[in-house]
Amino acid sequence: MSAVVSLSGVAAAYPGRTLWRDLSLDIQPGEFVAVLGGNGTGKTTLLKLLLGTLRPAAGEVRILGDAVRRGDRRVGYMPQHRNFDRDLPARGIDLVALGAVGHRFGLRRTTAGTRDRIRHAIAAVGAAGYASAPVGLLSGGEQQRLRVAAAIVDDPALILADEPLASLDVGSQRQVADVLDSCRTSTGAAVVVVTHDVNPLLRHVDRVLYLAAGRWAAGTTDEVLTSARLSALYGLQVDVVRVRDHVVIVGAPDDPHGHHHHHGGEA
Amino acid sequence: MFLSLLHQHFVHLALIAAAVAAVVSGALSPLVIARGQAFSVHGIAELGLTGAAGGLLAGIDAASGALIGSAGVGALLGVLGLRDRDRDAATGVVLAFGLGLGALFIRRLQNNSASTTFGLAFGSITSVSTHEVELLAIVGAAVLAILAICWRPLWFASIDPEAAAARGVPVRAIAVGFPILLGAAVSEVLQITGALLILTLIVTPAAAATRLSARPGVVMVWSIGLALLASVGGVLATLQWPTPPASFFVATISFASYVIARIAGDRLRARRPAQLHA
Repeated sequence: MSAVVSLSGVAAAYPGRTLWRDLSLDIQPGEFVAVLGGNGTGKTTLLKLLLGTLRPAAGEVRILGDAVRRGDRRVGYMPQHRNFDRDLPARGIDLVALGAVGHRFGLRRTTAGTRDRIRHAIAAVGAAGYASAPVGLLSGGEQQRLRVAAAIVDDPALILADEPLASLDVGSQRQVADVLDSCRTSTGAAVVVVTHDVNPLLRHVDRVLYLAAGRWAAGTTDEVLTSARLSALYGLQVDVVRVRDHVVIVGAPDDPHGHHHHHGGEA
Repeated sequence: MFLSLLHQHFVHLALIAAAVAAVVSGALSPLVIARGQAFSVHGIAELGLTGAAGGLLAGIDAASGALIGSAGVGALLGVLGLRDRDRDAATGVVLAFGLGLGALFIRRLQNNSASTTFGLAFGSITSVSTHEVELLAIVGAAVLAILAICWRPLWFASIDPEAAAARGVPVRAIAVGFPILLGAAVSEVLQITGALLILTLIVTPAAAATRLSARPGVVMVWSIGLALLASVGGVLATLQWPTPPASFFVATISFASYVIARIAGDRLRARRPAQLHA
């Protein structure tokens, strides 16, 4: 049984700038991995490498043992949240249907089997009550649940999500996190979530991958989110404080806006 | 007088041209709205005017000139606007230069005929020739065929480009290709409304339709229907009342349909929250 994701010696770079290098990591079926780090540390770039929309500067990316390729049906993807326009002529169910058949050219009609899968995905995220409403009129949390449905409609082995909880209120964050978690427990899919704030996901994550200063650290939250480990990663004093069930990271310098990781709903 | 006109050959040609242009523009309109490209349409239209004037100057016909101008500019805008935030600026830059050329062409044409200039700007549907109707039909059929075959990826790339790209949809090729389709459609509508009123058939129909429904198929049907109503209705109206140009009637019917759709749509939307939590 090969790993769902297998990275060996991977480097991510844009012309003139290397984001990180020598990343080797295997992700197993059913694992929930959070990718953490400040802005511009290459979290979204990692997702692009896993989607095959960007090529690594070095190393090898494998999905279920195969070289990564764009449009792999075994990978479901939730892009960064952007509210849909109020007048957009699409309902929730149309968004999920595009996840299933949106890549197909030609005039073939959607089969009954595909329609079943669409309905099943909508039910799995608990969106049946509002799937036929215009998607632009739904709340941020409802839109994100439909995006999860669009990502899982093909029953993927790997679900990638880019900041799925950003700009949601605390209640919606919890619901979307729970939906992602239930997807991997019911299907055995691995889940990789890019997030600037690990707190809403703490109950679910098996491992975190922390990107900082061109380096990386991977392990369980207890292993990685410690003052010693992050100080070593950044090369300067960083303090990790646990307040009740929240993790607060103080002194991480790489966020250009100067605010720190903290619990809260704002993006 | 009205009924006897309906037996005239030029009236048949005008009605066919109006119908073809309406179906093409009504079908593209929802994509223009979803992609937020109304400004690009206006830019392509003004360059279509330059192309049409250039076509007349060069001794080929206005319709072919408009097709070359519009589709060419569509391709250029597609390439320049590949990065989303460049699109408005690129459209503005190309539009400004193209209109400059248009001014030159029109000044040279004006020595020949002032009514031609008016036709380019505001449409000349009742003087459309058999050859132009044939060209319209061929271009229209080609646009509709491409639209039908590419419908789902086009729609996906327009609504959720990041997810579409990850799914393997050629999002960049669509970003370049769609403005070319738009250019072809614009050259069709140019005959009816002229360059300055192009938005009345390419933007207004779906803007009205999206107030009435959020189902993509229903929006498409409304959009084509409203475009047909405005376009064919405008031609019929100008036969009855020949003083204002057809484009005035087309724009007026189109605008009225939008106002009615907004009022009706607000009532539909006011009902929705109750349905949501039912």
